[in-house]
Amino acid sequence: MNETKPSGGNISELPDLNGTLAEEVKELCDEAFTGCYQCGTCSAGCPYVEEMDLTPDEVIRYIILDKKEVLLSKTIWLCSACFTCAERCPRDINITKLMETLRQLDLRNRMDEMALEDISPEEYNTIPQIAFVSLFRKNIG
Amino acid sequence: MDLLYYPGCTLKTSAKSLERTAFKVMESLGHRLVEMDEWNCCGVVASLTEDDLMHHLAPLRNLIHAQDQGYQKIVALCDMCCNTLKQTNLRVAQNEDDLDTLNSFMDKESDYRKSVSVQHVLEFLRDDVSFKVLKKKVKKPLKGLKLMPYYGCTMLRPRQVAIDDPEEPTILSDLSRALGAETVDNPYKIECCGSYHTIKNKEIVRKRAATITGYATQRGADAIILSCPLCQYNIDTRGKEAEGSIEGHIQIPVFYYPQLMAIAMGMDPSDCAFEKNAVDPARVLKERGIIK
Repeated sequence: MNETKPSGGNISELPDLNGTLAEEVKELCDEAFTGCYQCGTCSAGCPYVEEMDLTPDEVIRYIILDKKEVLLSKTIWLCSACFTCAERCPRDINITKLMETLRQLDLRNRMDEMALEDISPEEYNTIPQIAFVSLFRKNIG
Repeated sequence: MDLLYYPGCTLKTSAKSLERTAFKVMESLGHRLVEMDEWNCCGVVASLTEDDLMHHLAPLRNLIHAQDQGYQKIVALCDMCCNTLKQTNLRVAQNEDDLDTLNSFMDKESDYRKSVSVQHVLEFLRDDVSFKVLKKKVKKPLKGLKLMPYYGCTMLRPRQVAIDDPEEPTILSDLSRALGAETVDNPYKIECCGSYHTIKNKEIVRKRAATITGYATQRGADAIILSCPLCQYNIDTRGKEAEGSIEGHIQIPVFYYPQLMAIAMGMDPSDCAFEKNAVDPARVLKERGIIK
């Protein structure tokens, strides 16, 4: 397969990490992700998998293999923390927390994923506030 | 009975109509939703990293204020708020050290003594009122109306704060049938509506609305019944927009459950704020002879 994954950003934009990706992730979320046996249940139930560059089960594999480019994926920003994967994982891995951890590793090390100026007055006046608060919580460090 | 009510930001602004209708419905059942004297935004999504206690402060402060007001329970209409408050409540119940840290940080507030529980209004209706009692209060059964219950995420996941079974919930279909309607099942009833992607990725949300609705109409549903203000906006408003961009998609009306409760209990449709819905829900009710 010649496709390049993930499809966003370049390696020079990666945040600085103290240890391996697996070590950093483990510290922030304390999930036993090495128990993943790649059954694909998480990806099968994910509502956004068609838009993702890496599937959720690939994301777990990337963490284990210390492939830091997972932090450049579109996937981690498409996840809306719906918890479907966490609920269904037969190994009880909270993949929602893994995705949040990857976002946090990115946000805590660099600029925010979005700017408040990107939102128009019309959007502020029509879209429910819970959407804004949750968007900011997930996309701003 | 007076119930201490936590509104959250959206119920006071874009979903004000949901609050007004719910207040009237609860009053007619003999219960009063009493807004908390002091409350703040709950933060909407639960803190998900082990070291992040900061984002538990906002929900915890609400639990402390309920405690200060002398109540042992808060009820919430908003699914996302209810989920966030419950998750914080669970975190501090299971982690004494975290509770101590949070209490010391908020030194100007009383200490939280883990004395308050959080309940979704739907849970109250099912467990405290009962759908059997509710059925007896129905004056205009929603006969002939086929509803597809839609649950979304935050009512059901994570399992520890779910108000019903995360894979096969029945609370909205049980409520619908108590109101006299028929229900239509749909494998997408528990799939995410798109959530906050409605701001930066509107096309994803239009696709979600079309997928969820498409299956509903294939199975003969006239309308969708749900609870969450963000789900309602995403499926109703973005679903209406999707009629222009997704071939063959027609958006059916999306009701909040209190709106249908109000109609079934004989209240005037003008009490239901139908004008706030993107797809006019009154039309399908007139077609079924439920309202004039």
